[in-house]
Amino acid sequence: MTGFLLRRLAASLLLLVLVLSAVFFLIHLAPGDPTQILEDPRISAAQRAHLRQVFGLDRPLPEQYAAWLYAVAVRGDWGLSFAQRRPVTALLREALPATALLGTTALVVDFGLGTLLGVAAARRRGSAFDHLIRIVSLMLYSQPVFWLGLMAILLFSHAWHLLPSSHMHAVGAERMGAAESFFDLARHLLLPALVLGVPMAGATARFVRASLLEVMGRDYIRAARAKGLSERRVVWVHGLRNALVPIIQVFALTIPLLLSGSLITEVVFAWPGLGRATFEAILARDYPVILAITALTAVVVIASNFMADVLHAAADPRVREPSQGGRTA
Amino acid sequence: MDAQTFTLRWGLGLVAALAALAAAAPLLAPYDPGEQLDPPTAMLRPPGTALAAVRLAGGGWLLADRVERRADGGLLLHRRGRGDEVLAAGQVSNLTAAGVADGRLFLLGSDKFGRDVASRMLYGARVSLAIGVVAVALAASLGIALGALAALGGPVLDMLIMRGLDALLAFPWLFLMVAVSALFRPGTTTLVLILGATAWPYISRLVRAELLSLQQREFILAARAMGQRPVVILFRHLLPNALAPVLVQAVLQVGVLILVESALSFLGIGIQPPTPSWGNMILEGQDELFQAWWVATFPGAALALTVIAFNLLGDGLRDLLDPRRAGATLPGS
Repeated sequence: MTGFLLRRLAASLLLLVLVLSAVFFLIHLAPGDPTQILEDPRISAAQRAHLRQVFGLDRPLPEQYAAWLYAVAVRGDWGLSFAQRRPVTALLREALPATALLGTTALVVDFGLGTLLGVAAARRRGSAFDHLIRIVSLMLYSQPVFWLGLMAILLFSHAWHLLPSSHMHAVGAERMGAAESFFDLARHLLLPALVLGVPMAGATARFVRASLLEVMGRDYIRAARAKGLSERRVVWVHGLRNALVPIIQVFALTIPLLLSGSLITEVVFAWPGLGRATFEAILARDYPVILAITALTAVVVIASNFMADVLHAAADPRVREPSQGGRTA
Repeated sequence: MDAQTFTLRWGLGLVAALAALAAAAPLLAPYDPGEQLDPPTAMLRPPGTALAAVRLAGGGWLLADRVERRADGGLLLHRRGRGDEVLAAGQVSNLTAAGVADGRLFLLGSDKFGRDVASRMLYGARVSLAIGVVAVALAASLGIALGALAALGGPVLDMLIMRGLDALLAFPWLFLMVAVSALFRPGTTTLVLILGATAWPYISRLVRAELLSLQQREFILAARAMGQRPVVILFRHLLPNALAPVLVQAVLQVGVLILVESALSFLGIGIQPPTPSWGNMILEGQDELFQAWWVATFPGAALALTVIAFNLLGDGLRDLLDPRRAGATLPGS
């Protein structure tokens, strides 16, 4: 197990360095320069040159890369935001909790609703109900999140006045008591979390259904039934628990989708998280912020893949063994 | 009708209908998608609004909510946003006894520039479908080539390609695409290249897996024993037998890439105005969402319907061609 862990860890780190390098060079090779946007046209060429020097943009690209890698890896220093003129880490520290809250809630919606739908479909395999769930889940994961968000705002905020349409808190939330403030946050969270989570539940429902059906044909399920256990107990305890093993990997695959979805959701709902920060940074060509957020999302994705591998290996010993020279399909 | 036939039939029907609408857009669209029909009289009109169109003798059109012939032969125009206006008979070239001969109908409403939403949606369908199909064709060529190379090119190449592919799959693609399309000049070509470049790993992985399992089959061993050249084996025996799942994945990817293209256009870094695309129409409609819900709602509904159509078709095709995997593959997951 240790050997397996070390191999996976090394591969993950290598992947991380690759992704970071790719993003760094991609951004710096692209035409355009942040100093063009940073300052108004009245600024002189000499002042612009000075700015380029301050931010290190006048040095050769490999040197900029080495300096950036050193600062990031050794000192944990992500540099200064060109547009906001403050440390990138401060900006990230502000944005990360909002995205984490939105993402976690959406994941709960995703896997909660997805599991319910998937199990319901699997229990009535081949019935009209099963086909209905199949079509409904297909329709769910076909939805454009940004449009769904606008429609949700149109109905729930504008027409029915049920929920707020944007931001994380109401104006004046800082003067609210703890309970009131929590309620206010929950009201603001509900729409974006549903818009992000419900379409993903469509895909999850399919995985749960397929995975559960595969398990339900096994001998231990027949044994559980033969013991006289209730069908509900057989499905939810014996079936679902074993069906969860492949779902662990689906979970890891969900993380990049979730981050991409949250970028759009945050823009639509003006949610003050990483997605909106990325969007603003890109409009301002704020290299250090783009780099830091890309790195952060890559770390999250690679870490979740690593975790999924570890959990999968813990659940299924066959995964741990290195392949014996033969390549598997 | 069982479920398989249902998905395949509806998927095929919807995709064919959408393709026909897109192809016939110039014939079907009542107006030019960029034509600004007399704003502010025509701006942000709800679906079904009919306006009278007054043709001016000096060229050009005026739109009016209502026109009346006056006793002196002139024309009284009731125009929203402009008040009432009187034109002499000589100034108008399409006069009839009751008013004017022409009219304009905004079937799905108009946007803030007085452009017809329905016409723009029809032209937007061309953009979305063309980009989706071309990007997938690109991804499929790249994916098949690299997948075959990984499966047949020896362990080192296989390792390199598969690790690169893992890196791409592990990435939150939208962050990368947003970065790339914001940094390079946004345009149709850039967009197609970016979309194609992000979709190939799914196809490569499939092709590689198919080829590896096919290689163990008797008919391939027989071909090899007969001394056929590897290139011949690849093109005559391996690839044709691996095509079914690739086709399924390609169809599903068209839906995914149409979704991604409109997401990028919605963020303002995909298709640039004035070219209409469903994504940038929704972006423009976002500003007037509460005053004019139709501007963003209809293109979004068309977009959702299109993605549903390709997912239904992909699902149906898989049930038909590749029953082993029925219910297991998802687009771009």
